[in-house]
Amino acid sequence: MNAAPARVTQAADWRLDFPALRQSVHGQPLVYLDSAASAQQPEVVIETVAAYQREDHANVHRGVHTLSHRATEAYEGARDKMRDFINASARSEIVLTKGTTEAINLVAQSFCRPRLQAGDNIVITHLEHHANIVPWQLVCEQTGAELRVAPINDRGEVSIDELYELVDERTLLVGISHVSNALGTVNPVEEVVAFCKGRNVPVLIDGAQGVPHLDIDVQAIGCDFYAFSGHKMFGPTGTGVLFGREALLEEMPPWQGGGDMILEVSFENTIYNELPYKFEAGTPNISGVVGLGASVDYLQRIGMQRIADYEHELHDYMVSQLRDVDGMRFIGEAANKASVQSFLLDDIHSHDLGTILDHQGVAIRTGHHCAMPVMQWFGVSGTCRASLAFYNNRDDIDRLVIALEKAREIFG
Amino acid sequence: MSHAELRDLYRELILDHSRKPRHFGRLNDATHKADGINPLCGDKLRLYLKIDSGRIESSSFEGTGCAISVASASLMTDAIEGMSVESAESCFAVVTDRLTGGASQLDVELEKLAALEGVREYPSRVKCATLAWHALHAALTDNPTPATTE
Repeated sequence: MNAAPARVTQAADWRLDFPALRQSVHGQPLVYLDSAASAQQPEVVIETVAAYQREDHANVHRGVHTLSHRATEAYEGARDKMRDFINASARSEIVLTKGTTEAINLVAQSFCRPRLQAGDNIVITHLEHHANIVPWQLVCEQTGAELRVAPINDRGEVSIDELYELVDERTLLVGISHVSNALGTVNPVEEVVAFCKGRNVPVLIDGAQGVPHLDIDVQAIGCDFYAFSGHKMFGPTGTGVLFGREALLEEMPPWQGGGDMILEVSFENTIYNELPYKFEAGTPNISGVVGLGASVDYLQRIGMQRIADYEHELHDYMVSQLRDVDGMRFIGEAANKASVQSFLLDDIHSHDLGTILDHQGVAIRTGHHCAMPVMQWFGVSGTCRASLAFYNNRDDIDRLVIALEKAREIFG
Repeated sequence: MSHAELRDLYRELILDHSRKPRHFGRLNDATHKADGINPLCGDKLRLYLKIDSGRIESSSFEGTGCAISVASASLMTDAIEGMSVESAESCFAVVTDRLTGGASQLDVELEKLAALEGVREYPSRVKCATLAWHALHAALTDNPTPATTE
């Protein structure tokens, strides 16, 4: 293998920033290859949340006292960081949610539901996570609209031509993942957006697996909505973002009512707050969002392009090493792939393999990865999935390979 | 890694029953059947029983699963054939109690089932081992909804 020593050294440095990685599991140093499920947090995120809780916590947007002011500054400051991170044009386009799932449900219920009529349709792909399937199924059931699904091929790539054929004058929205969580396929979202723009069809991108690995610029992509989660990008759970183009968000009604989303309430008439607060009812996850802001700072110090380049090289190393393991069957071999390899080994059930690997300190995800249609397409009940972050290195991959060989001995 | 600990979970008897499950397939003259679903992984099995005069004459299962769940179903169907319904119910209670850390006594003639007890050290895998047993309980009580390990 062509090692790039400088980069490997960097990975070792980055790794030191993550306290959870400095531990042993079953007597072996932890090899964490499950970042696609949830990423570990750097010390600076953990400390920022703790410092906020110790010194600055109060409710946001309400009080005139000092702590409320500090909390509001920290919370809104994080929103600004998020705007900058994905290059949205305005902070009003950054709606803070509890994660990707809530962000997609918001679009389904607030953008789609009032517009959809029987006979209209929404187009998604066979590659989606349940979070980018079920919200659309629900709104289609509620309105009599049709959910159309673009197929994938043997390599786990969306058949883009067939997706385009599904889009017609009754299509209200196209929903597509940026990066598949189950297979790692990177979808050509720029192309899809360009095609849909030509037909005035808005596009929502599920960016949960895009944001941790790619340098995201929502203006360059040109999408109408982009949803992502904090905990996949080294921030706290229960945080996330819906980016929406301001013109669309303006037209959309609130989807949850409560405090903070109003300007004035009377029993006769309630005036909703301005963007993005119209969509943020109730006291938000303030400490989590403040922590997510720290995560953005941390990632930007390293640089997302540098992370993407490093991971690309590490991904290729992982693929080449795993391919050489006897009994290996890859699920998902897209030409353009990021950070993930799904596989099966001989006829060992994924959960048995997961247990044997765990026993050697190696954490991978096993099962259907909340993408049952993908599993059905490949005719498997589940897979093993190794997923990378920039804190992983080649030693982690080598340990994975050794652990797989041990599993073959046990089941041999 | 302690190889021995893993060997305790994947004992030869478990591997043997998972590779060559006994009583695997459909039972055409079944009088009772029940489905078991493990919500953690989506694995499913269907259990068939032929009960005559309060006694389990024969049993079988079909479905997919990990080595632990297949071996458990295989060992269970081996063990319950010939048992009275009451004995099978009490066997269900004893085995599920032992797999979840309890101290119920296993009859001497059922000591093979102790091979499943390696899962006690693996909380996420206990459900794999108890799935078939929950299906047995559902079949014996004629519960029409699929048994889960929840």
